[in-house]
Amino acid sequence: MNIFLQQVINGLNAGSIYALVAIGYTMVYGILKLINFAHGEIMMFGAYFAYIAAVFFGWPFYVVILFSGCVTAFLGFLVEFIAYRPLRNAPRLSMLITAIGMSMFLQNLARLIFGADPIVMPKIFPSAIFNIGGIDVSSVTLITIGLSVAMMILLQLFIKNTKQGRAMRAVSENQDAAVLMGIDVNKTISLTFIIGSALGALGGILYSTAYITISPTMGTMPGLKAFIAAVLGGIGSIPGAMLGGFIIGMFETLIKAYISTTWADAIVFALLIIVLVVKPTGILGKNVKEKV
Amino acid sequence: MKKRITSILISAILIASLFTFTGCGSSSGDTIKIGTLGPYSGDTAMYGEAAKNGIQLAVDQVNNDGGINGKQVELVSYDTKGDTTEAVSAYKRLVNEDSVVGIVGPVLSGEALAIKDAATEDNIPMVTPTATAAEVTLDAPNSFRVCFLDEYQGNAAAKYAKSAEGLNATNAAMIVSKGNAYSEGLAEAFKTTFESLGGTIVDTENYASTDTDYSAQLTKIKSSGAEVIYVPDYYNTAGPILQKAKEMGITAKFIGGDGWDSIQKDYAEAAEGDYFTNHYAADNQDEVVQSFLSAYKDAYNETPNSFAALGYDAAMTMMDAIKNGSSTEKQDIIDQLAKIEVNGVTGSFTFDENGDPKGKEISIIQVSNGELKYVTSENGDKTDNEVIQ
Repeated sequence: MNIFLQQVINGLNAGSIYALVAIGYTMVYGILKLINFAHGEIMMFGAYFAYIAAVFFGWPFYVVILFSGCVTAFLGFLVEFIAYRPLRNAPRLSMLITAIGMSMFLQNLARLIFGADPIVMPKIFPSAIFNIGGIDVSSVTLITIGLSVAMMILLQLFIKNTKQGRAMRAVSENQDAAVLMGIDVNKTISLTFIIGSALGALGGILYSTAYITISPTMGTMPGLKAFIAAVLGGIGSIPGAMLGGFIIGMFETLIKAYISTTWADAIVFALLIIVLVVKPTGILGKNVKEKV
Repeated sequence: MKKRITSILISAILIASLFTFTGCGSSSGDTIKIGTLGPYSGDTAMYGEAAKNGIQLAVDQVNNDGGINGKQVELVSYDTKGDTTEAVSAYKRLVNEDSVVGIVGPVLSGEALAIKDAATEDNIPMVTPTATAAEVTLDAPNSFRVCFLDEYQGNAAAKYAKSAEGLNATNAAMIVSKGNAYSEGLAEAFKTTFESLGGTIVDTENYASTDTDYSAQLTKIKSSGAEVIYVPDYYNTAGPILQKAKEMGITAKFIGGDGWDSIQKDYAEAAEGDYFTNHYAADNQDEVVQSFLSAYKDAYNETPNSFAALGYDAAMTMMDAIKNGSSTEKQDIIDQLAKIEVNGVTGSFTFDENGDPKGKEISIIQVSNGELKYVTSENGDKTDNEVIQ
């Protein structure tokens, strides 16, 4: 039983990171109907910025997170401003292709700046092991789960209760009507990218501290899984992305623990297909009819 | 006009090809060309670079001493990026364009297997410093290696784990990279030897090479009660596994293979107190080792790892074979290699009928205070029980 609980905690650890990254996908999709393939790379840059802050400046972990969050948010803003904004009225496919291009560009930029070799993320969190009811939990795991859950609650509060949050919801519901209501759409979209990227940066930091190395390609696989999490939960829905993230993380870990380590990825992807066949909008997705 | 351009182009190509063909014979001139190939960029670049540094050092030393029979040795090298397709084209360039007399390489087992058929067909003398997979030298009379085989290391690690002078463990677990020939080969040998000595493998876990999250597997290993955990993989995977394991509070001792070499650079804290099997130990006081060490430090300003030592030994072996036979003919070099006696940095040995080293000892190294410390030497032969079976 203890081993099972231990595995559940491992799953929560992985899941909370997927959830953080999935939020970035789902927010952008909700507001622009764009799958931002560059989000995995944003996450990777977040990890590198944290590395710089921790190794070259030696700052404590909360400053590291803050610094990386701000710089990555600015990067996300730039990506939207340079690559997506000029295409606001272009066909959706152009934006999608641009997003793929952006992803490759950022990955190669990182390779150019930081080199192709994986580097080791320093231990930015104080490390200790706690024994809770017979289960060993490391401080890194606790911080990972705690920080992500806290961030998700904050985000929910922000979206539900603030003016900007309401503006976001309005733009995602109907962009033209939002303009008529006096909402600055460009500003709202920028804000979405800023928040999504900052959460992505946190995801990248937690991912690299939990799994130790940083490399230019580190964003690809977790990015893909987070995207799947967003689709599974119902793309466009923020609670859906969180739920999807936790489900993917939990399934992955439990399959590795009790079924097969080699088949874990395949089974997770198969799960996605099954869910989409049964409920094409995802678990919490709303069925929006296309108006003609 | 168009016709004229075409004819100029054609004649240009013809002239160029003339030069390329005449270029073929150049190695019979005043230098002896030796080729090498390996990963000098990408994930495994560190191994390739180290091996190349060792090879270059050997070549420079021979050249400073007057070369081979009065001829200077020229080293031609190509990057494979650790990719098998690139390895094949690098091999073709070395043999067809540069006309090397022999190859000191490749570095990775995958590369060696990729070029094996072509090299055997061309009958080109090949001494690989570090390709440890068993098939590399099988049915290839032209292929030799100075490193010991995967199996050897697994045996030695198991003996050290089980023996009373070593870790004296009865229960061991393994965490193995699925589909990775190196990792699976070592694990298989470790398991057989450890069990034949009366030990039990209480748990075997796998991971995919793309995995970064090992917590599910380590949780199971932790609960298995293993006293020793075998992690046969390269240091950039083994390091994160060790770090994760220590974060999870696993206190068992870890053992690895030669892929762990240099682990103390990035993962000193995670690997503290753990052991691995290796080709040579820098703190071995043997004279050959120490003179290589000081020459290498002078040239590159760092302590050589075992890939550098093996590269040096492989290059020296190749050049000695050329010198002994006073010939750069392929078959002459191969004949010389078959009967050569090597007294190298990584030990003294001869080649057996497959072209594998015979009578080599394996060093057991411990990571201690962020440094690699030589503990003892272990024999990698099969145990008596295995031989009887």
